[in-house]
Amino acid sequence: MENYNMEKLNFERPIIRKINTGISNKFGMKTEFEPIKHIDNVGVKGLAAEYGSPVFVLSEKTMRRTFNDAKRAFDTRYPKVQFSWSYKTNYLNAVCNVFHSEGSWAEVVSRFEYDKAIANGVPGNKIIFNGPDKTDDDLNTAIKNDSFIHIDHFDELYKLIELAPKHHKKPKVAIRVNMDTGIYPMWDRFGFNYENGEAWEAISKIIISNKLEFTGLHTHIGTFILSASAYAIAASKLAELAVRIKLKFHKDISYIDMGGGFASSNTLKGSYLMGIDTSPSFDDYAEAITTALINSDIDPDNMPLLILETGRALIDDAGSLIGSVVANKKLSDGRKATIMDFGVNLLFTSFWYDHKITPAQDFSHHSETTTLYGPLCMNIDQIRESISLPPLKRGDLVVVSKVGAYNMTQWMQFIMMRPKVVLIDKKGEVHIIRHNETREFVESLEEVPLHLKKAKDVNGNKHKHNGKPVEIDSKN
Amino acid sequence: MKINKKIAISESGFVFNPTTGDSYSLNPIAAEILDMLKKDLSEDEITDALLEKYDVTASVLHRSIDEFIDTLKEMKILENE
Amino acid sequence: MSKRKLTIAITGLNNTDNPGPGIPVIRGILDSKLFDARIIGLAYENLEPGIYMRDLVDKSYHIPYPSAGSDILLKRIEHINKIEKIDVLIPNFDAELYSFIKSSEKLKKMGIATFLPTMEQFEERHKWNLCEFGKKYNVKVPSVKSFYSEAELYKAAPGLTFPVFVKGKFYDAYLATNAEQLRMHFYKLYSKWGFPVLLQQYIRGTEVNVVALGDGHGKTIGAVPMRKQYITDKGKAWAGITLDDEKLIEITHKIIKKSKWRGGMELELIKDEMNNLYLIEINPRLPAWVYLAVGAGQNLPEALVKLALGLKTNKYTKYDIGKLFIRYSYDLICKLEEFEQLSLYGEL
Repeated sequence: MENYNMEKLNFERPIIRKINTGISNKFGMKTEFEPIKHIDNVGVKGLAAEYGSPVFVLSEKTMRRTFNDAKRAFDTRYPKVQFSWSYKTNYLNAVCNVFHSEGSWAEVVSRFEYDKAIANGVPGNKIIFNGPDKTDDDLNTAIKNDSFIHIDHFDELYKLIELAPKHHKKPKVAIRVNMDTGIYPMWDRFGFNYENGEAWEAISKIIISNKLEFTGLHTHIGTFILSASAYAIAASKLAELAVRIKLKFHKDISYIDMGGGFASSNTLKGSYLMGIDTSPSFDDYAEAITTALINSDIDPDNMPLLILETGRALIDDAGSLIGSVVANKKLSDGRKATIMDFGVNLLFTSFWYDHKITPAQDFSHHSETTTLYGPLCMNIDQIRESISLPPLKRGDLVVVSKVGAYNMTQWMQFIMMRPKVVLIDKKGEVHIIRHNETREFVESLEEVPLHLKKAKDVNGNKHKHNGKPVEIDSKN
Repeated sequence: MKINKKIAISESGFVFNPTTGDSYSLNPIAAEILDMLKKDLSEDEITDALLEKYDVTASVLHRSIDEFIDTLKEMKILENE
Repeated sequence: MSKRKLTIAITGLNNTDNPGPGIPVIRGILDSKLFDARIIGLAYENLEPGIYMRDLVDKSYHIPYPSAGSDILLKRIEHINKIEKIDVLIPNFDAELYSFIKSSEKLKKMGIATFLPTMEQFEERHKWNLCEFGKKYNVKVPSVKSFYSEAELYKAAPGLTFPVFVKGKFYDAYLATNAEQLRMHFYKLYSKWGFPVLLQQYIRGTEVNVVALGDGHGKTIGAVPMRKQYITDKGKAWAGITLDDEKLIEITHKIIKKSKWRGGMELELIKDEMNNLYLIEINPRLPAWVYLAVGAGQNLPEALVKLALGLKTNKYTKYDIGKLFIRYSYDLICKLEEFEQLSLYGEL
């Protein structure tokens, strides 16, 4: 053969595709399938070889760059801004510490997260404690550490008034306010409602009690909010409350916390256009929020600190998942299906995103439409219902982009162990920041009662345990 | 196994089946295989030629060619003799 | 006076029984006494008839769907522009406008002029914003409700009155006369265009339409009202006639003046028995029947090109009343090689 002495050519599965007269094909649009061979200049192939497939890869460079984009958008528009890292979005300690080192406080919603923040060295007075479930012990700890407690309901409010005197200091509290911002669904299950006067009632009760120090107002209007103007409405409503507090109680609040909910550039299922084209930028959100605050009736000499708890928009872009093809299949009706070695166990977000999935090796510009399934024995384990990809074969690598938010906190250990998470630092060095789980790790919390320690095997043979046979009642 | 004689295959990888009116596109390897089928090469001969040329293991190649030939049969481009 | 040579790229070549505005816009431009235009067709699908109308379209290229993202779209246009040196680009589909408006600055840097509504104008005239739009510009509108999930629809179902219009986010509208039809259309529209799906109050009356062009500073460059004479089973005009109705012209001027509308537009209105006009939809582009305006004396496609190039553009004040358009279909005969060329290489 003429190629005998040459290096062999890259092999791509042969495919034939019917030219669909209704739907445009992708010829001439090679750019859609530019492979992702590197993440921050580190080879994808090498990462998979070294750390296994699948593996989560986080880019420290992207995290810091995104954070600084967000910070600049707000700092240039408002005098006092403080970011607070939303632990639930990704609470791997390495990730938290990247944001803490950029100056972020910690925003936590459970004792588990609270203790993580303390262990990460965050001073108590730089922790915001949100969430509906705080035990008496949680509250006492937060009071002792001078953390900001954001009250979610009246039961918590009364509990704090009861606990406060024992501490000989006034716990620092804010209330979470829910409101109509034109966003559907309205998150009215958290905090006190603005429109029906409940929020004002809570504020009055706190200030009149004289047992708590009222520090600020907090809201969190929803998640993946694609309309920046909803934040303007929310900011105006909180500003109105601040002005009313000043009028009635002659008190300046120290901060307004706008929560999070900024969209990342992922594409939501059911939306026609790509997220990258439709999601507002940090500048859009910043413009809406700061304009509303600056134009409000709050005394310009006493503008409150503006706190932001955005998580998703800061970390989503920095995370990738490298995975590989397990098999190609044909479904009963002739449709193509591809099984990957990662599924909804690792990509919880595939329930609401059409994730961007890109091969990690070269290919021709021919493509086929396929359904991507995960490896679980579970019918709902589907990553993409329909995606156009070059013909992949067993072992080929793909990169799922923008998976940094929520996946590493909402992942589940079902029939398999969670994989490694690595971080590429600014110099391009790779660090394992979470080891892959092992069977021993998963079983380390289990206890097996003595009478279940020994079982007959499937062939009816008795096992010996510590040299002694164990009787098993097998009559039923 | 034979190629349906009425099928027109052009250099560009465009396939037209005049019996059904359907048209198809091929990626380069698919065009290569179809070309060899047209020259009456056997499946083994095709496999050997491709193994020599491409960076691929025999098992992956066999699997790919089998599937491709199945698809061609479904599309009535290949016919059993 | 010699005509100025221009290269104009145009989408919407789907000149089917539910036609896009591309071909009528091209005809207007080719009628121009000012321009000698080379027409570049930009197509999404292999069988868009305009691609094969070689007397109207000089060269066609595939472009990716808007859902593939504006980055990919721009790269493709950049490639085409290297070959063709496009002077003006006129997008004609609602679904692609968002991407083109967003990219208009980048297109300008490539030397490609557009004349599109601003993002704000584009967003506020959306079907789901119609109520606020009506309030802001003081025009009557039917009530509209947006639905973001099937669950919401089920919740609202007991309170609905029929008939009701079910509309997709970008395109398609069906009249549902009972709950079963409503559910069927709702599901179809959601699968095709995503959420929201809109339910719009049905207003009994006659539908009238206006094609217009705003200069972006509040001035109406031209406006021609029309009533559909005959409607296909898809609800599209098969024939229509220009109207003499000052109220229609007035409402168009008012909307363009207050919104400072930039670019082509089509107003869809219903005139009820009391002669009240209800605005039911604003399409942010020239409609498929725009050639009627050209035939009635207002070459709006030509004026749009002039505006895009920053040329002085005079206002049209007159049009012929009682001019008709009658649409017809025509079977083009094409070679398989042409289809092959387009489907494999993305250009013809």
